[in-house]
Amino acid sequence: MSTAIEPHEVEHAAAHTEGHHSDLYYVKIALALAGITGLEVALTYAHVGPLFLPALLVLMAIKFVMVVLFFMHLRFDHKLFSFLFWSGLVLAVGVYAAALATMHFFLS
Amino acid sequence: MADITLPVTAHGGHDAHAGDDHADAGHGAHYTSTGLSNNKLAMWLFLGSECLLFGGLISTYMLYRGRTSRGPHPDAVYSIPFTSVSSFVLLMSSLTMVLAVSAAKDGDIRRTRVWLSTTALLGSTFVGGQIFEFTTFYRKGLGFTTSLFGSSFYTLTGFHGVHVTVGVVLLLSLVAMTLRGGVTGDRAEVVELIGLYWHFVDIIWIVIFTLVYLIPA
Repeated sequence: MSTAIEPHEVEHAAAHTEGHHSDLYYVKIALALAGITGLEVALTYAHVGPLFLPALLVLMAIKFVMVVLFFMHLRFDHKLFSFLFWSGLVLAVGVYAAALATMHFFLS
Repeated sequence: MADITLPVTAHGGHDAHAGDDHADAGHGAHYTSTGLSNNKLAMWLFLGSECLLFGGLISTYMLYRGRTSRGPHPDAVYSIPFTSVSSFVLLMSSLTMVLAVSAAKDGDIRRTRVWLSTTALLGSTFVGGQIFEFTTFYRKGLGFTTSLFGSSFYTLTGFHGVHVTVGVVLLLSLVAMTLRGGVTGDRAEVVELIGLYWHFVDIIWIVIFTLVYLIPA
């Protein structure tokens, strides 16, 4: 059994440390997510006019990306995993946006 | 106390050059042509395809939510405060899940078990809330076949609820595995894989909560 440490093993180990955080780190992210959710709910009761829909969509996207990057560790994982997930998501959004546009959803 | 060790690297994979030596050492590593864990690769592929499934269901709902020739309108049945609490519960379950994965990486089986059990409990609470919500809606006159809105709403949220229920079953199975002497070697990666599935269920709810409940029809 070889005991020599290869360069790629060092690289993996460094990345592993980078992707492994303390419990407090995750609690802070969860609190931020809870805060954004609270803001979303508050927006539905506040009358912010035409900003309402874009603001909700932006907040939703921020929460989505935060969970994917930090809780699912996609930020620190191999790029192939990112490709598999984001390509599925982009494909879904593209296909269904096109389908909804065909049915004049956005015009109505 | 049995040890729990995730065999994967931060890249989610095993060393491409690792052979039987590593496997024999109990790290659960084995050779893959990509140098990545095949299980994790399959899970991400599965989650990518699930985006298409839920994309279809969400699009269908968006198209039909205003079609209420019979039965109540969405605004007449939704309870934003109740659903907000449910969303908060599911969001916190993502926190407990990531803490379970973190504990597993630290090799702390007791903490792993506690966080997995907490996640299962929070998931069960969410499903219980969804059953309560469905019952309330039904009493308000919104059945599955009442209108296109009802059909698309129950299909979308029902599919999500089934996913959460499957997740709870997987979590409880994992807890049982830890009670039977720990999750070691190859099997330890399961904690991370189920964690990915659970977070996916959470991000789908993030979208559903905004598009279905918060944005009025």
